[in-house]
Amino acid sequence: MAESATARPAGALRRLRPSGALAGVVPFFAYTTVFLLIPTLVVVIGAFLDGDNRFTLGNLDGLSSPSVVRGIVQSLVLSAVTSVGGAAIGGLLAYAVSTARDGSVTKRFFTSLCGVLAQFGGVALAFAFIASFGGTGLLTVLLGKVGVSTGTGFWLYEWDSGLMLVYLYFQIPLMLIVFLPAVEGLRPQWREATETLGGTTWTYWRRVAAPILFPSFVGATLLLFTNAFSAYATAKALVSQGSPLIPLQIGSTFTSEVILGQENLGKAMALAMVAVVAVVMAVYAWLDKRASRWMQR
Amino acid sequence: MSATATAQGTPVQLTDLRRVYGGVAALDGLTLHLEPGELVALLGPSGCGKTTALRCLAGLEDPDSGTIEVGGRDVTRIPTNKRDMGMVFQAYSLFPHMTARQNVEFGLELRGRDRSARRARAAEMLDLVGLGKHADKYAHQMSGGQQQRVALARALAIEPQVLLLDEPLSALDAKVRTQLRDEIRRIQLEVGTTTLFVTHDQEEALAVADRVGVMSTGRLEQVAAPAELYTSPRTPFVADFVGLTNRLRARVEGGRAQVLGGSIPLLEGSATGPDVVVLVRPEGVTVAPAEGASAAGSASVVSASFLGGHGRVIARTTDDELVTVQVPNTDVTRYRPGDAVVLGPRGDAALAVSAD
Amino acid sequence: MSGQRARFRRKQTLLRWVVLVVVFLFFVLPLLGMLDFTTQGPGGQGRTLATWRTLADVSTISVDYPALREGFLASVGLAVITPVVMLLLLVPTMTWVRLRLPGLSRTVEFICLLPLTVPAIVLVVGLTPVYAWVYYFLGSSTLTLALAYVILVLPYAYRSLDAGLRAIDVRTLSEAARSLGASWFTVMWRVILPNLRTAVLSASFLSVALVLGEFTIANLFSKKNLQVAMYELGKSDAKISVAVGLAALVFGFVVLFAMSFVGSARAGTSPFSRLRRRKEPSA
Repeated sequence: MAESATARPAGALRRLRPSGALAGVVPFFAYTTVFLLIPTLVVVIGAFLDGDNRFTLGNLDGLSSPSVVRGIVQSLVLSAVTSVGGAAIGGLLAYAVSTARDGSVTKRFFTSLCGVLAQFGGVALAFAFIASFGGTGLLTVLLGKVGVSTGTGFWLYEWDSGLMLVYLYFQIPLMLIVFLPAVEGLRPQWREATETLGGTTWTYWRRVAAPILFPSFVGATLLLFTNAFSAYATAKALVSQGSPLIPLQIGSTFTSEVILGQENLGKAMALAMVAVVAVVMAVYAWLDKRASRWMQR
Repeated sequence: MSATATAQGTPVQLTDLRRVYGGVAALDGLTLHLEPGELVALLGPSGCGKTTALRCLAGLEDPDSGTIEVGGRDVTRIPTNKRDMGMVFQAYSLFPHMTARQNVEFGLELRGRDRSARRARAAEMLDLVGLGKHADKYAHQMSGGQQQRVALARALAIEPQVLLLDEPLSALDAKVRTQLRDEIRRIQLEVGTTTLFVTHDQEEALAVADRVGVMSTGRLEQVAAPAELYTSPRTPFVADFVGLTNRLRARVEGGRAQVLGGSIPLLEGSATGPDVVVLVRPEGVTVAPAEGASAAGSASVVSASFLGGHGRVIARTTDDELVTVQVPNTDVTRYRPGDAVVLGPRGDAALAVSAD
Repeated sequence: MSGQRARFRRKQTLLRWVVLVVVFLFFVLPLLGMLDFTTQGPGGQGRTLATWRTLADVSTISVDYPALREGFLASVGLAVITPVVMLLLLVPTMTWVRLRLPGLSRTVEFICLLPLTVPAIVLVVGLTPVYAWVYYFLGSSTLTLALAYVILVLPYAYRSLDAGLRAIDVRTLSEAARSLGASWFTVMWRVILPNLRTAVLSASFLSVALVLGEFTIANLFSKKNLQVAMYELGKSDAKISVAVGLAALVFGFVVLFAMSFVGSARAGTSPFSRLRRRKEPSA
């Protein structure tokens, strides 16, 4: 390494230094190239190749087939609804938790619980809802006793009802975890200053807290959106028939050996997903830049 | 319109305020009167209740009992936003999403002033605190001192009946602190708003206030003009907290204390026993090189240091007491550690406390 | 005497508890559903702890449910390998970039955060040809998934470690150590790493949590980890599968809750502010 060169003349040292220093980051770049950049390129390039590795736009045409379009649209709707709903409820939860004393058991309990529920989604989560809302589930039975019929129980497996409820179950905790630091960043002096200047609690929320929290709130909502949009495990464990969502459709291209060329259609769908996420990220970056006029992190 | 509107100022009367937090009395019967246009500093160590007093006056805390009157009106039950107080906090109180101008305009906006009036008033206030050129900056683009100036402008813009300063300088570095301290005083005199200034820094309190109230464990120990507070402390706590103090054993004879081979008059409130401890300021002691053998007040120099405007000699008496003496800075070089010296009282009145 | 402040606090407390209780019910009901389901007697009649007794009996479970055993062991192995590879890759690189190649710091950050924009399902698609080579060189053990998992945990781990490195003055520390005659290896091992303890711990913990919950990649590569085993078992013996899921959730919660009392609670949350681009604090 370069430091063995300390005994050499300064000029030689300076010339040696960059290459020696660069050697230190080779493993990192090699690893991320193989396991991140190449896979990304495989998707991007593969989306434009046909079965014989020739350039084609056919895969993108495949994206316009009704089933794929339905998958994308339903994924978008599901993600939008659960991110907005999750952000609203989770935001309220974050405020409620923030009013608890620092280090109190209430605060620790909720942050820990949300940490687990936000991370440990997937299969266990699907089981939890099946066990609760399925045909003989605890809640189905309880609700039935008080005279509320939840129907056949099949609603749970529908993307626009059951899945939304299940997704909220991990979106709300994620919102708490992402948004709580922002809520706790509100300084008590701001409320007090508002009051001494003649403002009410409502003034404080409308004129001070809301504008300050807005960028974080939208950022968190966008994060929830990509989180729902990318989710695979929960949907896979709940939905056994058909592929109502785009991640499920991509997954099915792995197992279906029926249609040739499916593989590259999968890449096109993957590319579409990346494109959606990229748009969301771009919106976030724009918002972040606007807020950074006055925000200091 | 501004300066004249509040020039007369408003009297404030706090009567027998009590506030208990979990068994500890933050305010234990505080009574304090502020004359119209007066700047009173509340001084004390942290936890003495000074901030609680200010927050009660602002309406940010409720006293358990007692009354608060502003301009003769009882405001004890009035919510903060109806009290018409301008408050400057310790730090970070500017709204981060607003520029300096918008911050200053905020209170006026809540009072329904029209846009042009707000603009003019904000510009006037920012000029007053010397930040006319920084009106469009956000808080994070300004230094701590500038932020506090904006906070002051914001508090004054609404022409408050009372200005409340809650340790406004404590988060700033030394140089800015003295600068802004003097400026606060200048501005306060200019607008004439009755002001309560809370601080734990005695120098700050003495420098800006018309009167200083020293607080300890929820009570006022003494309220007096700075000079009086310094020369005639009423309690040992005040004597200790304000300025440096030597604690010297002494005997009381005929109403005067015999100390360091001399005798000094005692302040009102002094202990009476024959054996006492007197609290003597470093400048209340004289020092001179010893010439020949001398009995009373003889001591040996422990250290002599140059402190800029003045010097300080620390000497050990034959009774093994350490005495700090203030000397002219030119005299410092006359003393070396180990030199024999003679100490004596200058003759200022001092407070005596019981010897145990 | 009740002042307006007290009234305000009472209202705030009331709102807090209403929100917390309602949300808590939403969180806890499905978990109770799981508990209810796993303790149902045969034919939905009565209560039995049979399922839990089976689960607690390690020898039976490993014989009767070989898939579960296999998946569990694989996940444990992955939960060890992934953080180790992640740390070996990130800690030296990030420290080195800070010390010698500050110009590369934004590139490294960009690469580390890139996986956030690439959903796991997309990564699977792109990784297929890469894994053909991995299998060729390393064999097709389930443990090879760790290589892909490192990519998944990259953003979270980066955030934790970055926060840790920010908190210490890497340059001064290493210059001090170098001036005392330490080699670069000694600097890393004896000086930097001990000071990054908390960050390393939180990065590792996040990695473990993510690995234990991973399903997408394993399932699509037809490898059996804990989640895949649960998923498959769910079709044949739902009760034991649900019990495993509940146990995993409770275990995760207990660990997190305990961790929140040890050290700074922040370590667990800060990595999640993953979309935020940090700026150097302006003086």
